[in-house]
Amino acid sequence: MLDLLFLVFLFPLAGFFILAMSGGRFSERTASIIGVGAPLLAVIVTILVGYSFFTTIPTGGAYTQFLWNWIDVPGFHPDFALRLDGLSMTMISVVTGVSFLIILFSVWYMHGEEGFSRFFAYMNLFVTSMLFLVLANNLLFTYFGWEGVGLCSYLLIGFLYKDPANCAAARKAFLVTRIGDVAFAIAMWLIVRELGTLNIQEIMRLAPEHWAVGSGIATAVALLLLLGACGKSAQFPLQTWLPDAMAGPTPVSALLHAATMVTAGVYLIARTNGLFLLAPLGQEAVGVVGTITLVVAGFCALSQTDVKRVLAYSTMSQIGYMFLALGVGAWSGAIFHLMSHAFFKALLFLSSGSLILACHHEQNMFRMGGLWKKLPVTFAGFVIGGLGLAAIPPGDGYFSKDLIMADAFKSGHYVMWGFAVFGAFLTAVYTARMIFLTFFGEYRGSEPHHGHGGPATTPRGWTHHVPLVALMIATLLGGWFGMHISMLPASPAGEQPEILEKLPLILAVIGVIICWPLFVTHREFTARFTRRGLGNQIRLVWFHAMGFDWLWDHVLVKPWYLIAGFGRRDFIDQIDRAIERVFLGWNKVFTWSETGHLRWYAASVGVGAVLILAAIIYS
Amino acid sequence: MDPAWILGALIIIPLVGGLACWGSEYVNPHLPRWIGLTTMTIVLALGLYLWFTGDFSFTILGPDHRWGLELDVPWIPRFGISFHLGLDGLSLLLTVLSGFIGIVSVACSWSEMHRKVGFYYMNLMWNFAGIIGVFLAIDLFLFFFFWELMLVPMFFLIALWGHDEPGQARTYAAMKFFIYTQASGLLMFVAILALVFIHHRATGVFTFDYNKLLGTPMSATAAMLIMLGFFGAFMVKLPTMPFHVWLPDAHGQAPTAGSVILAGLMLKTAAYGLIRFCVSMFPEAAAHFAPIAMWLGVAGILWGAAMSFSQHNMKRLVAYMSVSHMGFIMMGVFAGTAIALQGVMITMLSHGVSSSALFIITGQIYERMHTRDFRQMSGLWTRMPGLPPVALFFAMASLGLPGMGNFVGEFLILLGTLKVSVPIAVVASLGLITAICYSLIYMQRAYYGPAPDKRRFPGLNRREIATMASLIAVLLWLGIHPNNFLHTSAATMTAVSQNYAHAQEGTTFNGVASR
Repeated sequence: MLDLLFLVFLFPLAGFFILAMSGGRFSERTASIIGVGAPLLAVIVTILVGYSFFTTIPTGGAYTQFLWNWIDVPGFHPDFALRLDGLSMTMISVVTGVSFLIILFSVWYMHGEEGFSRFFAYMNLFVTSMLFLVLANNLLFTYFGWEGVGLCSYLLIGFLYKDPANCAAARKAFLVTRIGDVAFAIAMWLIVRELGTLNIQEIMRLAPEHWAVGSGIATAVALLLLLGACGKSAQFPLQTWLPDAMAGPTPVSALLHAATMVTAGVYLIARTNGLFLLAPLGQEAVGVVGTITLVVAGFCALSQTDVKRVLAYSTMSQIGYMFLALGVGAWSGAIFHLMSHAFFKALLFLSSGSLILACHHEQNMFRMGGLWKKLPVTFAGFVIGGLGLAAIPPGDGYFSKDLIMADAFKSGHYVMWGFAVFGAFLTAVYTARMIFLTFFGEYRGSEPHHGHGGPATTPRGWTHHVPLVALMIATLLGGWFGMHISMLPASPAGEQPEILEKLPLILAVIGVIICWPLFVTHREFTARFTRRGLGNQIRLVWFHAMGFDWLWDHVLVKPWYLIAGFGRRDFIDQIDRAIERVFLGWNKVFTWSETGHLRWYAASVGVGAVLILAAIIYS
Repeated sequence: MDPAWILGALIIIPLVGGLACWGSEYVNPHLPRWIGLTTMTIVLALGLYLWFTGDFSFTILGPDHRWGLELDVPWIPRFGISFHLGLDGLSLLLTVLSGFIGIVSVACSWSEMHRKVGFYYMNLMWNFAGIIGVFLAIDLFLFFFFWELMLVPMFFLIALWGHDEPGQARTYAAMKFFIYTQASGLLMFVAILALVFIHHRATGVFTFDYNKLLGTPMSATAAMLIMLGFFGAFMVKLPTMPFHVWLPDAHGQAPTAGSVILAGLMLKTAAYGLIRFCVSMFPEAAAHFAPIAMWLGVAGILWGAAMSFSQHNMKRLVAYMSVSHMGFIMMGVFAGTAIALQGVMITMLSHGVSSSALFIITGQIYERMHTRDFRQMSGLWTRMPGLPPVALFFAMASLGLPGMGNFVGEFLILLGTLKVSVPIAVVASLGLITAICYSLIYMQRAYYGPAPDKRRFPGLNRREIATMASLIAVLLWLGIHPNNFLHTSAATMTAVSQNYAHAQEGTTFNGVASR
């Protein structure tokens, strides 16, 4: 049944086409049947494919499906071909499964919105692109999906296009990730120039034959790939698009953060692990980028007021963990965390979507509170998702993050390990803060505020409950299975003292406990501390994401506007028009001189003769 | 009948069809457009016939040099001038593109034209005759003749059926276009004559025949000067920085079909000329000149993008977009590797399709809103059903999204360029980022954002849907299965690049002479 593999992406693609062609003429019911049915069929195909993949393991542990030759030029023959191995099997399971649940939830969330079928068309295209990305056996085909993901993020973040702010966020996401994409593209050109192929298996085979460990070209390729991965995965220094991407409807954020898009970078590095093994400097850089991001994003999450922005920064921080894992050689750990993160983050985002709709589009946590009785399903989602995020058992995040930190220690990256442990503490604090502020204390949003808020209403409908419950189960059970992907390099071997193994968990629990007085019983104290003096300034720096937006704005955006604005009338054209003006000017002079009066001509002949004579005499 | 006559027919049919359009207006004002459509359909059909039956595995520059088809009728034998047409993969694909764009341009003027319809379609048809002639002529005199022939109808299209912009008459744009291309064409004519005289001095024979002139021995300086003569004409027409300024004006004021031809085909004649003449005939000189040409291309990419981003007029935005894309072509041609040249081929075709589509969209918006000024548009997404998603598709194509032809073309060009020069390729790849800027601002200013008023506009009619659907289909075909095109042009491009590679290595002088 492995030859059904192409159907995995064909169904969502067909779903996209049908919905796109309909031009919005379908009823909401029809649109949701097609929009949800397509990913459901993809899930079924994935299960069938997965069943035969695990029962009759193909030779070499991988199955390749050739579709057709894409480009045929001298010295370069990329194909459209799919590859199914342990890594891509894991990825397609996560992508199809989680996406299906999110899209199902969207039926509830998007009910009554304008452009209902357009939304599901985009969502299906998103899933398709992501499946291209993970199934491709060729970096160029990966890039196909990679760019498609960028496009869909643009379309979905700017889905509510009537507000220019949403569109600006959408453009920012596309633009910033595109910077990374260009780096990825340059890496591909270098690989083709050196190795003559973009087939991933051949690259992995040829690269060690042609490139020495630590050679310049290997390092350059690795660093460029890293920059590409940073763009899509919102890592330092290209992380700024992610918080703004919250402008999209909440299911979009869930899809973006859990199943698609941000995991693309992690997947890319894991997929091209051979290149990073050849470039120790590149691999170290991956770890450093991850470490910086996880700490920076952790601090930023601490001071946000918007529940979705907290989650956005938490994603950034968790992807940072995955990068750190890749950097220290915990390849399987990274993918394991990717999977468990997909579960709990999808759950958290869908729960926050439920929360936001219940509070009538209010997103400010300080205008919520005490909602646990009113919204029991949502609350359960937050708590279980929060356990996953804060890495407290039985949440699945505990198992994966634990593995990463253990591997970091074992591989001798003690500094990174230290930051990771500190990050675990931060994670617990911001997670607990988010849950305590929204669900405990008393409700602070009864009065509508800028048209949002008002008395909370309990969400109803199976399209709301089923995805949430399914993801809760996944979050609770996901970690117990553990994970080892045989095609990835083995984890580092080494010892870690038992007490250090338990340290992150202990810190996390402490973090949760100290949040109770800070954000529930003694909120005034916290508020006083963070609203004046040093506390206020730290809060503002964190709130504005450490000023990276400001930096990019001044380094890139403003100069670009300056050039563009300066050149609106194209100064080269102005030169051209100046020439024209000179000619017109002479034309005027001669027209003026041609008066038709004989005396004027006689006088000018006379003056001319005198001038010439004078010139001759005095020269 | 000899299939070579089809080559002649490809030029004669539009000429005759044009005359028929002119005359038929006096019978029925709706007749010219039908005649125009029939004419271009026949041209496309003939082109497709040649494509499916022809063999394009050899070319003049390769070891087994010959043309796929060749038609040779003496014209002015005294000076060795003949009506000499030749076909290879490169010219075939561009001819087929001409037929396709021909149909599209007739379709998009269907209800736009009300004045002097017959004469309008005649100009359109004659323009196509000139363009197809340029692609097919392999006698330099004949080439120059067609080069001029395509100029005059375009002048009339802009001057008679164009739009006046505030502060600028359409005749201004028409004249600017004419002066630029005419002056640069003169440069080429001088270069052609010089080449013929040098050949005469060496062999005692007057000839304008491309095949015979190929191996002309000459000094390096002479080769460089003659190459620059050709280059001058082509760089203005392409257009390359800093001679691009006629293009936004011409586009801004041309009627829709004029813009479609201009962007879709006329710019390609310059690209074609660069490949066929500059790089093939004078590989040594071209290789010496390549760094300058490639940096000019890079400058065009970035400057065009910055200009495009800041325009208030939708047509000017798309015009500057073309400047940016043509920079890739300039760079790719002078990089000269087989990969880059194949990329140029795909870029020529897909830019022809995508920019035509964007101009047609502008025309469709103008027909409904009577403005091209972004400041008067906003939130068209729901106000003009059907059109914005199509515009989105082509905006994404222009920014080089995989799946559309432009991506394949640009990717191959940059890949081919990187093999020659890493810095040029890296700087040029910034063009992929700037492309995002203009494409997204194009979407934003017209289609997204709040609607300023409650006006709603009619959606696309069947003719428009058919036009757009065919353009989308071709662009997807180019993007997902470009091999049909790549295989057709492979022999020519490989031969050109091998010939050029010899020169790049400096192993032979006048590369072709060594064959």
